Amino acid sequence: MYDSETTARLEADAAEVVARYPEHPRSALLPLLHLVQSVDGYVSADGIAFCAKVLDLSTAEVSAVATFYTQYKRHPNGTYTVGVCTNTLCAVMGGDAIWSELTDHLGIGNDETTEDGSITLERVECNAACDYAPVVMVNWEFFDNQTPQSAVELVDALKAGEPVRPSRGADQVVTFRETSRVLAGFLDGHADEGPAAGEATLAGLRLARERGWSAPGADDADTAASKES
Amino acid sequence: MATTLTPILSQTWDAERSWTLEAYRAAGGYSALQTALGTDPNDLVTMVKESGLRGRGGAGFPTGMKWGFLPAPDGKPRYLVVNADESEPGTCKDIPLMMASPHSLIEGAIITSFAIGCHHAFIYLRGEVVHVYRRLLRAVEEAYAAGLLGSDVAGSGYELELTVHAGAGAYICGEETALLDSLEGRRGQPRLKPPFPALEGLYARPTVVNNVESIASVPSIVANGADWFKSMGTARSSGFGLFSLSGHVKRPGQYEAPLGITLRELLEMAGGIREGHELKFWTPGGSSTPLFTAEHLDVPLDYESVSAAGSMLGTRALQIFDDSVCVVRAVTRWMEFYKHESCGKCTPCREGTFWLTQVLQRIESGRGTHEDLDLLLDLSGNILGRAFCALGDGATSCVTSGLEHFRAEFEAHIDGGGCPFDPAAAVLHATDGETRTVEA
Repeated sequence: MYDSETTARLEADAAEVVARYPEHPRSALLPLLHLVQSVDGYVSADGIAFCAKVLDLSTAEVSAVATFYTQYKRHPNGTYTVGVCTNTLCAVMGGDAIWSELTDHLGIGNDETTEDGSITLERVECNAACDYAPVVMVNWEFFDNQTPQSAVELVDALKAGEPVRPSRGADQVVTFRETSRVLAGFLDGHADEGPAAGEATLAGLRLARERGWSAPGADDADTAASKES
Repeated sequence: MATTLTPILSQTWDAERSWTLEAYRAAGGYSALQTALGTDPNDLVTMVKESGLRGRGGAGFPTGMKWGFLPAPDGKPRYLVVNADESEPGTCKDIPLMMASPHSLIEGAIITSFAIGCHHAFIYLRGEVVHVYRRLLRAVEEAYAAGLLGSDVAGSGYELELTVHAGAGAYICGEETALLDSLEGRRGQPRLKPPFPALEGLYARPTVVNNVESIASVPSIVANGADWFKSMGTARSSGFGLFSLSGHVKRPGQYEAPLGITLRELLEMAGGIREGHELKFWTPGGSSTPLFTAEHLDVPLDYESVSAAGSMLGTRALQIFDDSVCVVRAVTRWMEFYKHESCGKCTPCREGTFWLTQVLQRIESGRGTHEDLDLLLDLSGNILGRAFCALGDGATSCVTSGLEHFRAEFEAHIDGGGCPFDPAAAVLHATDGETRTVEA
C-alpha cells in the first residue's frame, strides 16, 4: 500500500496523464505504468492496483498489459539499466564481446541486478542507432561506438556513483526512476542538453556540403532527373 | 549521370541547437504551415497524392491515397497517428530526425491533421529513447506557447491538440494496428484488416497512421510543390529519402538522396567497405527484407527495382556485412529477435519463430543435419503468407534468402560440426580496446 503522501502525489500526476486522453482514458495506461515504475523502481503489485483503480480496470487486465512490454520491470530494478544491443549488426560489430565482458565483470546475467542495486544488465534489441554500433543504452540514453573496455569503464563509473554523460542525450544519465517519470510524460528540464546529432547522423550532410550538393530548387521542377523505373 | 545527395530533412541538423523552435524558424520552418492553412484541405490531399510520396516506414503505400481513403466527415473525430516506433533492425533514421529537428515532424503533423480534418493527433514514440522523448515533448511545449498548436493554430481558427505518447518496448507496436491497440492501453497485438484504419482505426474512428519521415516530408512538398518532389527519384518512386548505412562501411550514417540511388553510389560516398575486406551481404531495407549480395550493387534503390531483384526497399536500412561475417550467425540472431518480439497472437509466427530459432541454433552450433535445411524452408513456408501480420512474413526473409545465396555456408556448419568463422574478425574496435572514431 502506498502511504497517503505518495498516493496524493500519484493521484495528482495520474489526473494529468489521464487528461491527455479525453476520448479514451484507458490510453493513459502505458504512461501510468511508467509513472508507478518511477515511484517504486519497478511495476509493483501496488502500482498495478493503482493503475487499475484510476482506470476502472481489473488488476488482471493491467497485469496483462504490464507483462507485454519489456520496459516494465516486475521486480526491483537497479538504479541504472545497462542494455547491450545484441541484435545481429551490433552483435557482430562487437556487441557480443561487450556482453561477454560485462557479464563477466559484473557477475550477473540477463535481467539480473548487482548486489549493491546499482546496475541491472540486459540484452536489448535494435535501438535505432545502427550507424553508431556497437551500442549500449543506460536508462535509455545512447552510448555510441562502445568497446568492451569502454563498457567496463562505463559500468564502473555508474557503480561508483560518478556522473556519466551519454553520447547523445542529457548532460548526465538520470536514475531509472527519474527516467521512468520522463517516459510518463513529465519533462525534467534536460531537453536542451546534448548535441543535435552525432557524427554519423551528419555524415551525408557533411559530404553534401563538401561537394556543393543540394536539393533541387523549387523551380527545378521541370528538370528531367527521373531514371527509368 | 551520377546521383548526388539532396539534403532536405537533414538540412538543418548541423545548425546550433537545431531542435529548438527558434532554429527551425530561422531556417524557414513553419512557413509551409502558413501556406497550408490558406489552402483548401482537399487540395492539400491532392497535392500529396500527386507528389507520389510513398510511406517511408517500410511498406511504401502511397501517402496521399491513404489520406484519400478517409470517409466523408460525419461530425465525429478522426485522427492522425504518427508511427515513431522505429525498431526494425538496421533502421535508424527517424530517431536522429526527431532528436535534431522535432519541429519538422510537428509541422508535418499539423499540416497533415489540417488536411484530413483531425483535431487531436498523436505521436507514438518507442519508449527506449528517453532523450528523443524529451526533445519531442519540449518541441510540442514550444509549439503550444507559440500558438502553433491549441485552439487557434497560427491565428487560423483551426484547433489541434498533439499528444506525444511513449511506448514501453515492443517491436510489434511498429505494426500500425498493433500500435493502435497499444495506444488504446492494451497489449500490442495486430488487428484484422479490413476494416483498415482509414475507416476504423484509433477508438474505432477514421485514422491515418503514417511514419515519421513521411509526415516530416510533407512541409517540403507544400512549400515546393508536387512537381518539385517528382523531379527527384523515379517515376513510380518519387522524391528523396534517408538512406541509413551501418556495419562494415567506413563512414556509416544518414545519407539523404533521391530514390533510385544505388548501393555502389552510396558506398562510394561512405568511403567504401573497411580496409582489407569485401562486401559479402547486405539488407536493402532492414532485417525483414531478403538479403542482397555484391551482385546487387547496381540495383536502383527504389520500390520497383528492388522488388524486381527479389527483395523490398523497406526503410532503406542498409546493413553492410563484409567477408568476416558468418551468415548463419547473422540469420540465427535475427531469428532470435523475431521469436523474442513475436506477439503470440497467431500460431504460425508464435510457434514458427520458436522452431526456426531452435533449428538455426543447432545448425550454428554444429549439431544440425542436412535435413534441417529442408526443415528451415518448410517452417518458413508455413509462416509466409499465413501469419496474422507482417512480422511473421518478415522473419522468413533472412532464412530463405540466406539459404538461397549462402547454402554452402549452412552446409559447412553441418559438415564441419560448427562455425568456421572467427567472431573477433568481424568486430569493429581495435584489439587494443580503443573506441573507434568515425572518420570526420
